Parts: sequence; structure tokens; C-alpha cells
Amino acid sequence: MSIAALGALLAPVVEPGFFSSEAVRVAIVVGALVAVTAGTVGVFTVMRGQSFAGEALGDIDTTGGSAAFLVGIGPLWGFLAVSVAAAAAMELIGIQRPRGRDLATGIVLGTALGLAALLLYLVTTLHNTTGAAQTILFGSVFTVPGSTIPLVALLSVVVLGSIATLYRPLLLSSLSAEMAAARGLHVRALGAAYLLALAVAIALAAITIGSILSTALLVGPAATALRLTRRPGTAIALAGGLGVTAMWLGILLAYDSFAWPPLGTGWPVSFFVVTLIFLGYLLSGVPELLRRRAGAA
Amino acid sequence: MFSGFMVNAWEVASIVAVVAGIVGFFVVLRGSAFVAHAIPNGSFAGAAGASLIGVSTLVGLGAFSLLGALGIGLLGRRGRHDVVTALALVMMLGLGALFVSLSVEYEPEIESLLFGEVLGISNNAVAPTAALALVCVAAIAALYRPLMLSSVLAEVGEARGVRAFTMELCFLVVVALATTMTVPVVGTLLIFSLMIGPPAAARSFVDRPLAAIGLSVAIALITVWSAIAASYTTNYPIGFYVGTISAVAYALGRAWAAWRARRCSGGDARRDYGVSGASNIAA
Repeated sequence: MSIAALGALLAPVVEPGFFSSEAVRVAIVVGALVAVTAGTVGVFTVMRGQSFAGEALGDIDTTGGSAAFLVGIGPLWGFLAVSVAAAAAMELIGIQRPRGRDLATGIVLGTALGLAALLLYLVTTLHNTTGAAQTILFGSVFTVPGSTIPLVALLSVVVLGSIATLYRPLLLSSLSAEMAAARGLHVRALGAAYLLALAVAIALAAITIGSILSTALLVGPAATALRLTRRPGTAIALAGGLGVTAMWLGILLAYDSFAWPPLGTGWPVSFFVVTLIFLGYLLSGVPELLRRRAGAA
Repeated sequence: MFSGFMVNAWEVASIVAVVAGIVGFFVVLRGSAFVAHAIPNGSFAGAAGASLIGVSTLVGLGAFSLLGALGIGLLGRRGRHDVVTALALVMMLGLGALFVSLSVEYEPEIESLLFGEVLGISNNAVAPTAALALVCVAAIAALYRPLMLSSVLAEVGEARGVRAFTMELCFLVVVALATTMTVPVVGTLLIFSLMIGPPAAARSFVDRPLAAIGLSVAIALITVWSAIAASYTTNYPIGFYVGTISAVAYALGRAWAAWRARRCSGGDARRDYGVSGASNIAA
């Protein structure tokens, strides 16, 4: 099929200029990298029941890191530092104990947001900028500069590489901490290493696509995949695939939405991606529901 | 510091602290910190939606916090609880992003909803806050025994006819109610810190549930009062002080618990709160 024919086929779906837009191209590449990284880490996050930690890190990164950015510290490094520091604090307070996990995350989140409130206040009074909270809350993938692609790719590789290196022990300790400990694995060190990988992945996601999408891409595709398959390797591949699909479809819809009412402003990418992920999760519950109903009948 | 508009700040902050101290005790006991973060945070999308279609902010907040609470409760029956909470939160925030992008004049309000504007509370905010607070406290008082039982020993509760799912839904609705009442006056950040820090600290100091609730309210009150005083004198945001003081209270509680554990080492150092709480109910 020629490219022209393909273009004609896609014309009703894709608004003109989609594939030639630089912002869209960058968004597609960065979105895919982040979605694969978040999906992979997310499978472990869901298994370990640490979605709250992922969400909290995203919030802390975007508020604290963006405030640091407004002060003038380099954005990605600021985000990384904040993220890793927050993860270390959670580990120290006791995220490894199931009973105290929620609380450790909550205490760190509350304190960090308090500090962020101070930073934002100082920044807005010193620099007289308004609307900081909005950009911080809803980062947009369309505003990512193309020059960051190599760095994003590098950090994704670092995260994926460390997960791959630790794969078997991490999997065992995530499924059953007791069994892992019985086999002589250092469960706490593994947990800390995983938390570090999570912190880097979240920093990466939060700075490129905002804290809403970082949580959505971390938890949604992974939870959906784990409902559809029991094999961890398949789940990781599936989570990555679902994340990339949701991200790309969301970018496409957001681009198309510039032609929707109210004209010219466009609808946010995060809304589309989150909705797609949420629907995917709901749909993935249907097979089990049918099975249960069939079993009952 | 105690005149004019500041009177409203003291009154409303005290009401909020009492409610947060009581509801927060159950948040910490049930390990529901994520829900206590998700409902207030997500409900602010409701405020954005309300300003878009031109109804009162309180209606939007109430609708979204209730919707979020029920959604988390119902979906949590099948899926993992933390996953469902995360997904409900991002879905609400996604809608919030949409509402914000569709409306034009919302921007400055976001920051005040996040970090609170306790120093700018008007006279007519006091009465509705007090009314909703009363409802919250009354609901907790009415549910006290079954909620306590199903929080610490869900199986025993089921055996005695206390449905864990019903209790979860009731509890989530109470959190939603507390959210609706507190977010417009103190912001999502402040209410979260108040629902986590003081109750967690209180639980490190005392074991008996009622004493812990009382202490939790006391710590919450001390936290907001000193935060208002500090914020008034230094002009820095109140959320910063509440977050910091709550964390310090929690750290003190942890230090106290560690010291006590060392003093009576040899015995069962880490007493399990759940058992003592349950025996208290049975007594």
C-alpha cells in the first residue's frame, strides 16, 4: 500500500499535520519510552501493593521538583534528587512493613507537600509568577523539548536494566517475602533497590508527562495486565504494550480535539490517556466476572 | 492576631482539627492513608467542574468526593484496594484537567484549594463547616463499635454480623463528608496532613482507642493553633507549618515508642494495637 493510500485511509481519524508536527513526534517517542518503563516497574508496584508510594512520589516530584525548577535548579536533576530523597525517607520510616507502609508514605507525602507549599510561596513572591500551580499539576507531553529524548532514553534504559538484573530475586521477594528470606535473599535491600528504580521511573514520568499520567501509566496498565495473565513476564510485556497504546491513542485524540468544541483550545492529553487506561482496567474485569457468573449458574 | 477575620480562622481551624483528629484515627487504624489522600485531592476536580457549569464550589466538591468514595468502595470489592484508589484518583484528576482546560477563569483558585486559605475565611463559612463537622462526628459516634471491630478484626466482625464491605462504604462516605467540609477552607494538603500525622502520633503514645482519639484531637488542635500563630507572624503559608508540625509530632511518637520498647525489652516489645483494641471492645 502506498503512503498516499494510507494517508487517505487515516484521513477521517487523523487531523491533518499529525505526522509532520515536531511536538507530536517528540510526544510519541517520549510517551512510548515512559509508558514502557512505567509499565514494567508498575507490575512490581502492583504486586508489592505500593501504588500509594508511586502516586506520592509523583506528587512530591511535581510540586517539589517544579518549585526547585522555578528557583533555577536544572529540571530533571531537581526532580531526580527530590524523588530519590523522598523514596529514601519512605524506606527509612518503614515502607517495608505491610502494616506501616501506608503510613510511611503518608507522612512523607504530607511533609513534602508542606515544604512544597513553602517553596511555591517563596517562588511566587520572589519571582512574581502566577499560574505556577497549574503547570506543575498538569504537565503536558506536547511541551517536552526534543533535546531531552536522549536523556529520557538513557534513564529508561537504566531503570529497565536494573529491573532486568534483579528480575528473579525481585519477583520472588515481591510475591512472597518470607520465601525469599528463607532462600537467603536480602529482602530489605531488594525492596530499597526497587524503590530507587521506582523513584527514578516516576521522576522521569512526572517531568515529561505530569504527575496524573505518571500514576496512571504506572498502576493502570500493570493492574490490567495482571488481571489478564498470571505469568509475570507476559504481564510486563502486556503492561508495556497497553501503556504505549493508551499513550499514543491519547496523543492522537488530543491532537484531533483541537478541532472539537470549544474550538482552538484542544482537550488535555492526560484526560484521554487516563480515560483509556481506566476503561481498559474496567474491561479487564469482565472475563473474570463472566467466569464467576458461569460458575455460579 | 485574635481580632476581625482571624476569629473565623481560629474557629474554623479548630473545628477542622477536631474532625480530622477523629476521622484520622480510623484512617490510620484501617491503613487508609491513600484514600485520605485520594478523596480530597480528586474532589478538587469537582470544584473545577462546578466553576465550569456555574454551580457552587461546595456542590462540586461534595459530588466528586462522594462519587470517588463510592467508586473506590465498589471497585475495591473486586480489585486490589490500592490499585483501585490510584485509578479512581487519576480518573478524577483527568476530568479535573479537562474542566480546567475548558474553563477560563479558574487558575488562581487551584492554588488556594491545594494549599488552603485559612486566613481568608469569611463569616458565612463558619456555620456550614460546623454543621458538616457535627454530622461527621455524629456518624463516627453512631458507627463507633462496628467500625472499630471491622477495622481491627474484620473476620470477628463478619462473624458477629458486621459486614466489612458496608463498614468500608460508610467509612468512605464519612471521609468524603469531611473532605467536602474541609477542602474549601483549609485545602487538600492541610487536611491530609492533619488526618495522618496527629492520629499516628497519638497511637504511638497510648494504646486505648478512646484515649488515642482524644489525644489525636488534642495534637491536631495544637498543630493547627501553632500553625496559625506561626503563619500569622511570619507570613509563610499555613500548609507548610501544619505539614512540618504533624511530621514532628509523628517523629516524637515514634521516638517515644522506640524508647518504651527498649525499656521493657525482653517482653513483647511491639505490642499489636489490634488485639488490645479488640479486647477493649469485647470488655
